[in-house]
Amino acid sequence: MKKQYLEKGMEILFLINACVSVLAVLLICVFIFINGVPAISEIGFLNFALGEKWKPMDTPSSYGILPMIIGSIYVTAGAIIIGVPIGVLTAIFMSHFCPKNLYKIIKPIINLLAGIPSIVYGFFGMIVIVPFIRTYIGGNGNSILSASILLGMMILPTIVGLSETSLKAVPEHYYTGALALGATHERAITTVILPAAKSGVLASVILGTGRAIGETMAVIMVAGNQARVPNDILSGVRTLTANIVTEMGYAEGLHYDALIATGVVLFVFILMLNVTLTIVTNKKRG
Amino acid sequence: MKNKGELTLNSSMISKEDIRNSFILKMREKLKTYKLHPFSFIFFLLVTLAVIATVAVFFMVVGYVLVNGVPYLSPKLFELKYTSENVSMLPSIITTVSMVLISLAISAPIGVFCAIYLVEYSGTGNKIVKLIRVTTETLAGIPSIVYGLFGMLFFVTALKWGFSILAGSFTLAIMILPLIIRSTEESLKSVDQSYKEGSFGLGAGKLRTIFKIVLPSSINGILAGIILSIGRIIGETAALIYTAGTVAQIPENLLQSGRTLSIHMYNLSGEGLHMHQASATGVVLLLTVFVLNALASFIAKKLEER
Repeated sequence: MKKQYLEKGMEILFLINACVSVLAVLLICVFIFINGVPAISEIGFLNFALGEKWKPMDTPSSYGILPMIIGSIYVTAGAIIIGVPIGVLTAIFMSHFCPKNLYKIIKPIINLLAGIPSIVYGFFGMIVIVPFIRTYIGGNGNSILSASILLGMMILPTIVGLSETSLKAVPEHYYTGALALGATHERAITTVILPAAKSGVLASVILGTGRAIGETMAVIMVAGNQARVPNDILSGVRTLTANIVTEMGYAEGLHYDALIATGVVLFVFILMLNVTLTIVTNKKRG
Repeated sequence: MKNKGELTLNSSMISKEDIRNSFILKMREKLKTYKLHPFSFIFFLLVTLAVIATVAVFFMVVGYVLVNGVPYLSPKLFELKYTSENVSMLPSIITTVSMVLISLAISAPIGVFCAIYLVEYSGTGNKIVKLIRVTTETLAGIPSIVYGLFGMLFFVTALKWGFSILAGSFTLAIMILPLIIRSTEESLKSVDQSYKEGSFGLGAGKLRTIFKIVLPSSINGILAGIILSIGRIIGETAALIYTAGTVAQIPENLLQSGRTLSIHMYNLSGEGLHMHQASATGVVLLLTVFVLNALASFIAKKLEER
């Protein structure tokens, strides 16, 4: 009898622990939205989301985060343009070209790449990429281009890891079938294997996008952080994430709330990406 | 499979010369196909270049930090008290360790218990399980700055803990929860069904089976997940600036502010005066993360061997 109670009790304990993650998501949503949404309605949604001027210190102050939204989009797009081709091609190498001995060396390297703290990437970007761009390409170095290159590097391990798994999951007979029809090794991969692993590769790209859009510290150190709409890829830019960290230290009143509202916008972006990801991965299963 | 066996049997008879010849033949054959299919050759080149680029990124980042940091690793950097002159990182290391311990103490039991529920107690079609899965995935996708905002609003402001080790640790605990749940789930699933059946057959209840059979045989996978989440904590910056704060001294109690190693590095590099010391801090950070990664993959490999 006592044993039964214990069994049941522990099952309930396990269930309670399992619900912590649900509770955490609820709490995060509630706190971010409750603190951010009033500011958005006070500023006015259109003024907030489409306003081009972020001047919290002026009187009257204006809180338009369009420059930051554009900044985040530019930087993330740049990271995808740089990171995705290299990442997917590396994944193809890892899954279909790599000799076993070499694999044992490269695979741990890619895992370590994922483990390098973003602050170290940022430091590298600040000391190597920024001066390089300043000297050889132009501008003052703190730019969309620098941030894109750095983020492209940072999303590599995410893209390589997931793409490789999905490329390897393609049944062997797809490949042998293509060879039997006279395709070369490379042709079999590009025309048969890659399309078959499409949804996994797409999922890796979405995850990489999420990582790029949410990255904060590394971007702050290389992007220049000017809160205005950028003219070209060599001008400085501020992302949504950077907006929060750079000003949160001294913000007060509506300014403070507007920064949390910036977090709301970022959070909504991420949730949309998550939904897309769920749709893509479910398609794979179905 | 059969072919492979024959190969090893005959390998003693094949001289080095033969191997080289066959290799050259193979390359020649390959070149011939590439001549006929230039597209294939271009693709091969692209793939090779990509992997070289990826590996180069690693060596550039790590190499640069090591070369610039290692010469500046002086005993001055490891003094017990931080001053603006010695910019010692020892207080930050102590803060980091204590935050790792607190976060794990909160997150590890919750994560493991959650995974136990997901794997052992629930049918696949269960609605609660679906909800838990979705929320875990959502948690995994939330960027660290949003965790930082939440921690600031909830732990620092609403619960009135102020910028403190405790607020930072709780924020991090939520952040690593999905990592621990996922890795524990994977390793619980990999436990052989016959182990459980054997245990049930001997008359053990479900709870006993879980604690005496399932958990011990999946402990390696769980450990590997925990070690990886330690790495995540050590590398975290954005979630901590506005929850744990940036005070450079050793905090005396849990409600005081303290900076972790990553924040220390960020502050040093932001000031622009101590770039070499920032590099040296980067060296310590990188080495710690690498050792943790090696440990995790070592443990995971042991699991695979069994």
